[in-house]
Amino acid sequence: MAAKPGIHSGGSKLLFESSDWNFETLSRTYDAIEEVALGDLHLDVYPNQMEIISSEQMLDAYASIGMPLMYRHWSFGKHFVNEELQYRKGRRGLAYELVINSNPCIVYLMEENTMAMQALVTAHAAFGHNHFFKNNYLFQQWTDASAILDYMEFAKNYIARCEEKHGLAAVEAILDAAHAVMDHGVFRYRRTPRLSFERERERTRERQEYEERSFNDLWRTLPERKDVPADEETEQEVLERKRVLKLPEENLLYFLEKNSPLLKPWEREILRIVRVIAQYFYPQRQTKVMNEGCATFVHYTIMNMLFDRGRVSEGTMLEILQSHSNVVFQPDFDDPRYGYMNPYALGFAMMQDIQRICTEPTAEDRDWFPGMAGNGDWRGTLLDAWANHRDESFILQYLSPNLIRKMHLFVLADDATESEYEVAAIHDERGYEKVRSSLARNLDVGANQPDIQVVDVDLRGDRKLRLQHTVHEGVLLSEEARDATLRHIRRLWGYDVSLVGVDAQSNAVLYEVSAEEA
Amino acid sequence: MPNYIDRRLNPKDKSLSNRQRFLKRARGELKRIINDRVRTGRISDVDADQTVPVPARGTSEPHFQHDHETGQREHVLPGNKAYIAGDRIRKPQGGAGGASSDPSDSGDMEDDFRFVLSREEVLDLFFEDLELPDLVKLNLKEVVSFKPRRAGYAISGAPTNINIARTMRNSFGRRIALHRPSRQDVEALEQEIAKLDQQPGDKVKERLEKLREELDRLNRRRRVISYVDPLDIRFNRFEQQPLPNANAVMFCLMDVSGSMGEREKDLAKRFFVLLHLFLKRRYERTDVVFIRHTHEAQEVDEETFFYSTQSGGTIVSTALEEMLRVIQERYPSNEWNIYAAQASDGDNMSEDSRHCVAMLDQEIMRLCQYYAYVEIIDERESDIFRATENGTSLWRAYRIVAERWQNFQMTRIAGPSDIYPVFHQLFAKQSQKGS
Repeated sequence: MAAKPGIHSGGSKLLFESSDWNFETLSRTYDAIEEVALGDLHLDVYPNQMEIISSEQMLDAYASIGMPLMYRHWSFGKHFVNEELQYRKGRRGLAYELVINSNPCIVYLMEENTMAMQALVTAHAAFGHNHFFKNNYLFQQWTDASAILDYMEFAKNYIARCEEKHGLAAVEAILDAAHAVMDHGVFRYRRTPRLSFERERERTRERQEYEERSFNDLWRTLPERKDVPADEETEQEVLERKRVLKLPEENLLYFLEKNSPLLKPWEREILRIVRVIAQYFYPQRQTKVMNEGCATFVHYTIMNMLFDRGRVSEGTMLEILQSHSNVVFQPDFDDPRYGYMNPYALGFAMMQDIQRICTEPTAEDRDWFPGMAGNGDWRGTLLDAWANHRDESFILQYLSPNLIRKMHLFVLADDATESEYEVAAIHDERGYEKVRSSLARNLDVGANQPDIQVVDVDLRGDRKLRLQHTVHEGVLLSEEARDATLRHIRRLWGYDVSLVGVDAQSNAVLYEVSAEEA
Repeated sequence: MPNYIDRRLNPKDKSLSNRQRFLKRARGELKRIINDRVRTGRISDVDADQTVPVPARGTSEPHFQHDHETGQREHVLPGNKAYIAGDRIRKPQGGAGGASSDPSDSGDMEDDFRFVLSREEVLDLFFEDLELPDLVKLNLKEVVSFKPRRAGYAISGAPTNINIARTMRNSFGRRIALHRPSRQDVEALEQEIAKLDQQPGDKVKERLEKLREELDRLNRRRRVISYVDPLDIRFNRFEQQPLPNANAVMFCLMDVSGSMGEREKDLAKRFFVLLHLFLKRRYERTDVVFIRHTHEAQEVDEETFFYSTQSGGTIVSTALEEMLRVIQERYPSNEWNIYAAQASDGDNMSEDSRHCVAMLDQEIMRLCQYYAYVEIIDERESDIFRATENGTSLWRAYRIVAERWQNFQMTRIAGPSDIYPVFHQLFAKQSQKGS
């Protein structure tokens, strides 16, 4: 196909024509995409490392939760046999690419992809996801992209060494238990920065100096209070104990790692490894819609720009659009294909909507989004959104009535005790706010996970670890899994563990279970 | 321009060791599943890839998760058609309806999947349960054919086997060692003689004389030291290498007369499964011939063998006759290793038992590698029968055969737990006697 006349008279020739790829067309295409991504969209990315892999290797990567290096554990084998079977039976296709939040950013491309697909996934992963990883505040705060690969290397070797030293079974038991509380092994909020070693020493020295200065031997002669029985704790002491242990603590893995009385040093280190990995993936779980939306929006925009400039053929574009529309397909709720809200579809639609609001706002948009409506700078607005939001806040901030109408979103109130759902809100004037806040809450990982915290432990008495589950909206825990998980926690703690379910509103105790020595 | 790395040639089986760890963990449960399959499935199915569900016990990964049957929640769904706020919709029965799944549902435990165990893994599990650690190493006496194989050189042999290269090398060495004059030397001498012959003079004559003498000496030496001496000759040596017969046929003989109930047949079947697998692991090709008999015998397929019923009296010798017929027709014993396993409850007419003994003695035992007789007895009888020499008519008759033939084994099975020990005993004994 001839290039469109008039546009880019110099470089206006096709990047590739055949559907087979080779390394030359790959890098030529990469360069063209990079030009658009950095020049037109002003993306800011880590350097990319593109790796071509086969389908078997993709399956391997799936099974080790997407990391190129992973310690060995049977649960990965279990996931592997599952993925493998699904794939062999043709029930599920493999992803076209896989991208790792690291610096340099590792992008896996499947060898089976056609050249058009390679171009698409390069734009999607190497620029869309990559930009998001580098710029989103959650990733910046919680993950260290340049260190993760080295850390995984360390983790893998460390656990392998532990297996040699302490036996497979012992390591497996610790990992099993750690995996059980992995979801509760993340910090959700920034903690006060730990004092550096020098500062800490400085402080101890200052305190000592003060004590020396204010030493008065007379204090020693004061009689002790006699009216309080020695073994009964005062409220003061309880508070003091909680302060020292920094209770309540929602990061169960962290608490166990630091305070479990019985764990050996290597066991603590393994807990730490699992915790670090959980924390590393936590931002990804919180930004599914945004991350995928960003990558989808980026590949769609870039490929269209390349097409407009005559760098890709109509045939290629058709293939790309076909694949793109598969990705962003959102079946209706009554469609048998409906499974869940497709994060690609929602994210992409919202970002397109933001683009529209910036360039062609309606009166309604001006009401709802006075800040950005008609500002004309959709690139800047999106870059800002990508950098400063997670799914929940992104939906709360940017989901427009227009999109709610377009997707016909509605809210079903579901009370487990009733036999009917109630339609709580639909896409009308009265419903927009409700739809928006409900969707935001549904996408809030923190709110969807059981709220379980360590509330107390008596380190001098029976050493019983007390956990509290704050029950929101009456949603309890699955009992079987709960009891099994408690047993795992008990193994890590070494002494009895109890879990109390407390209603968030009434503070009423709903249930109390404990895992005791078998 | 980015860094493109071709990883396709990197090792693929990164997950293999994780997979093995998983199987190890699920071992107990998988074993139970496989054993169930063996009992209910077809014999040959055991020896194939098996799709098994992932056992929940031991391989679940519990974590705190919400119970979706409790509390209040809100779902946001796309594609509203006709609902308005306040509408009430009946919940789909059975829970897992379209509307009830929201994003937080999908990440939950997906333990309910099946996966494929390879044939080797299945056999490992199966044999492990039966604890047949070194069964494959056990030495069954087998018919061997021979195949000549090159094995170095010999100094004697047929002329067709002369190894020219080796022979010439020997001859060359000997010629050098003994200073055999070469043809060139002789020719040079002859030429010089011819040249001198033309010239006159005494001095020349004297020299000519000397040269002729020398030529005579050389020629004599060439005659004495032959070019190729019998000593040099080497022959390719061939060794008759025993070639294990790669084909095996197993005859499964079973009494299906009225007295054989489900229990008896099940026990017999398990025994046959083991034997079949054992042979299949050892031989490239294993045929199985099923012969069932009442008062008459017929060759049947596996399905009929195990599942269809037939009533009638019991004449064991008919099965042996049928077996002989099949052997003569299809399995010449010089090409096939013939194994036979017979299962019966032991009821037979004493007349016929004697006939059976005669047939085994005179014909069948000569053809067979191995003949195992398994008598399935009532569990209540097991205490009475196990130790004593007494038994059913067939048992007593077969004891005569067992004494005469080393490769005839007989034993009794009362329950499923007996099968492995009996199986092991049957083959272990064989190896001891054979070695």
